Amino acid sequence: MLYIVITFLWTSILLYLLLGGADYGAGIIELFTSKRNKEVTRKTLYSAIGPIWEANHMWLIIAIVILFVGFPVIYSTMSVNLHIPLTIMLLGIIARGTAFTFRHYDAVVDDMQNLYNPIFAYSSFITPLFLGIIAGSAVSGHIDPQADTFLSAYIFSWLHWFSVSVGLFTVAICGFLASVYLIGETNEETERLRFAHKAQFFNIAAVICGALVFIAAYVEKIPLIEWVFGNWVGRIAILSATLSLVLMWYQLYQGKIGLLRPLAGFQVTMILLTTTYRHFPKIVILKDGGYLSLLEHGGQEKTMQALGVALLAGSIFILPALFYLIYSFQKKPLGYSDIQNH
Amino acid sequence: MDDFIAARSQMALSLGFHIIFSCIGMVMPFFMAVAHYYWLRTNNIVYKNVTKAWSKGVAIFFATGAVSGTVLSFELGLLWPGFMKHAGPIFGMPFSLEGTAFFIEAIALGFFLYGWGRFNKWFHWFTGVIVGVSGLASGILVVAANAWMNSPAGFDFVNGQYINIDPIEAMFNDAWFSQALHMTIAAFVATGFAVAGVHALMILKGKNVLFHTKSFTIAAIFGCVAAILQPLSGDISAKDVAIRQPAKLAAMEAHFETEKSASLIVGGIPDEKNKKVDYAIKLPGFLSFLAHGDFESEVTGLDQIPKKNHPPVAITHYAFQIMVGAGMAMMLIAILYFLALWKKQTWLRSQWLLKLFVAATPLGFIAVEAGWTVTEVGRQPWIIYNIMRTADAVTPMPGIAYSFYLFSAVYVSLAIIVIFMLYRQIKMVGKLYDHS
Repeated sequence: MLYIVITFLWTSILLYLLLGGADYGAGIIELFTSKRNKEVTRKTLYSAIGPIWEANHMWLIIAIVILFVGFPVIYSTMSVNLHIPLTIMLLGIIARGTAFTFRHYDAVVDDMQNLYNPIFAYSSFITPLFLGIIAGSAVSGHIDPQADTFLSAYIFSWLHWFSVSVGLFTVAICGFLASVYLIGETNEETERLRFAHKAQFFNIAAVICGALVFIAAYVEKIPLIEWVFGNWVGRIAILSATLSLVLMWYQLYQGKIGLLRPLAGFQVTMILLTTTYRHFPKIVILKDGGYLSLLEHGGQEKTMQALGVALLAGSIFILPALFYLIYSFQKKPLGYSDIQNH
Repeated sequence: MDDFIAARSQMALSLGFHIIFSCIGMVMPFFMAVAHYYWLRTNNIVYKNVTKAWSKGVAIFFATGAVSGTVLSFELGLLWPGFMKHAGPIFGMPFSLEGTAFFIEAIALGFFLYGWGRFNKWFHWFTGVIVGVSGLASGILVVAANAWMNSPAGFDFVNGQYINIDPIEAMFNDAWFSQALHMTIAAFVATGFAVAGVHALMILKGKNVLFHTKSFTIAAIFGCVAAILQPLSGDISAKDVAIRQPAKLAAMEAHFETEKSASLIVGGIPDEKNKKVDYAIKLPGFLSFLAHGDFESEVTGLDQIPKKNHPPVAITHYAFQIMVGAGMAMMLIAILYFLALWKKQTWLRSQWLLKLFVAATPLGFIAVEAGWTVTEVGRQPWIIYNIMRTADAVTPMPGIAYSFYLFSAVYVSLAIIVIFMLYRQIKMVGKLYDHS
């Protein structure tokens, strides 16, 4: 049952990265769109994520619940030492979710939009930045439960080059996922081209940020190269991700869009796989070389049983409904009139 | 500000904020389902307009409730890591089920809000009902987790270790039923009266009268039925608390001395130092009756409880008075309303009844906030009753006061924006939803 719970945890993180990530990315794209094109981008974006965005963010809740029910020591250690980035991330989640809803549901469209729009765009950037920082910090070996100063316990646990580069890398990935996703959401040729350019931009950004992550890891003596390339799973995953990237760009230049989304999703899945595989079951690496492990720091047997059953039962309800929701709005996307007045 | 007080204040603020949105999020879908049903059955366009107008409100409230709920699931660890380290695996069961319920609510809301004209009309209607049912389930599950803090179960506490954990037994602890019942009904009372009050005001102003009358009637009937049931559920809760948490009951009633045929104290100012209550109305024997169903029975006072385990008496007592007072006022209005419906139809067209509803708009939520203050403050100094002290659970991180200020600023601004948006929604009814 422990392994079922761990599988659910990994899958929710992956789905949050893919679906929630594309969702954040939509806001990041808005941030990087010229004023002239913002309005039309917003409409495409709304028709693409309007009906499903709430569901996209549920994966974070599932992951956090698994963590605090099944792995309370890991949850509470991270909550203490990463208090500040977690708080910033939460403020980002509040700002983003409310601004997105408010700007659409405000009965009067006026200057208030100038308040909602930048809040939405900037928080779409900040939230995944800090999600990445938190993930980077967990494995960076900077978390020190024995630390005796405020700075070493609560600031330098997360504020270092490695985590920040992981944060930027996460932002680039979100932007990339969203651009690729949105290419298929519009029938307008010029707009499609614009999203293709955005995809290119974020792809390059991801490569640069990825390089930064490796450099930061090297400087901070984090054995990232060994984690990623030191085993067959990592090597195969990286190789196939790179090949699929080539295939994706080839498809895009051919003007075919059918395979774009699965390929982009595949690449991100491979990245998550390589970065977590070598670590498993260690999820938090501490400063003194100790670690918190999914296998050793899990809850008692009965808790895992109950949690596993709850997750399995839950997915029987959730998955079909979710697929049908996504399918319905893919088959017949929201039209302009729906956006104005549903 | 002391870090411990700051952590408690931040938690109270976050819960107090979230509870309003979750109540509305779980009750409004039922109002919508009724209006939607009438639209599908009668083809009266007003009902469709009402459903659509309400659904905009629900979308705003749901989004705000969803983010404030996400924040809470992190805040449990950010503020109370000592508690979560031990409690997580024990009381986590309702949370893992709640995750599912909440997820389904979000999916169903996607179908409902964007499904007009897209699906079979009864399937579309049904997704709206699912929003309500899963919202209600979420609420009940979260309250079950809170009930566990009042009535810990499903583990053995031996030498500071939590062993033999049974999460199912923990979920069905002794307090879950009475608390969940009381909270669920409270959500209907609060939302019903708040919605009815707003529509009553619009009727009085003579704007879109037909639209607002239909809306008012649906909300008022839900709210009034719940308001009449609520004292019964309150009685179940009181009898339960009297047995399980005598300190909480004693604080609620500012009942300092253990005595037989104890008096029910209404109002007054508790004086903790001299163990008395000034300016209160005393009803002899009624506290014994309320607590144990017998006017002669003995009710434990604070004197039987060690001083270090006393909850803050004044806050708990005032909050309890406010809750009961507001509840009684709403029950009276409910009785008048039903009287009007059955016997005195002329009252329905008179202004005074509508004015009463307008005056009662915030009463339900005041009662909800006061009720939560009673149950949370009344449990102090414990975070897990008789097992773990709140002070031992707080995060070691210094400077929580700043976090509290930050979250206060965010929640206050959010509250202002939400109120502003609702004001605009209501103002625009004539333009957007009801052209008559």
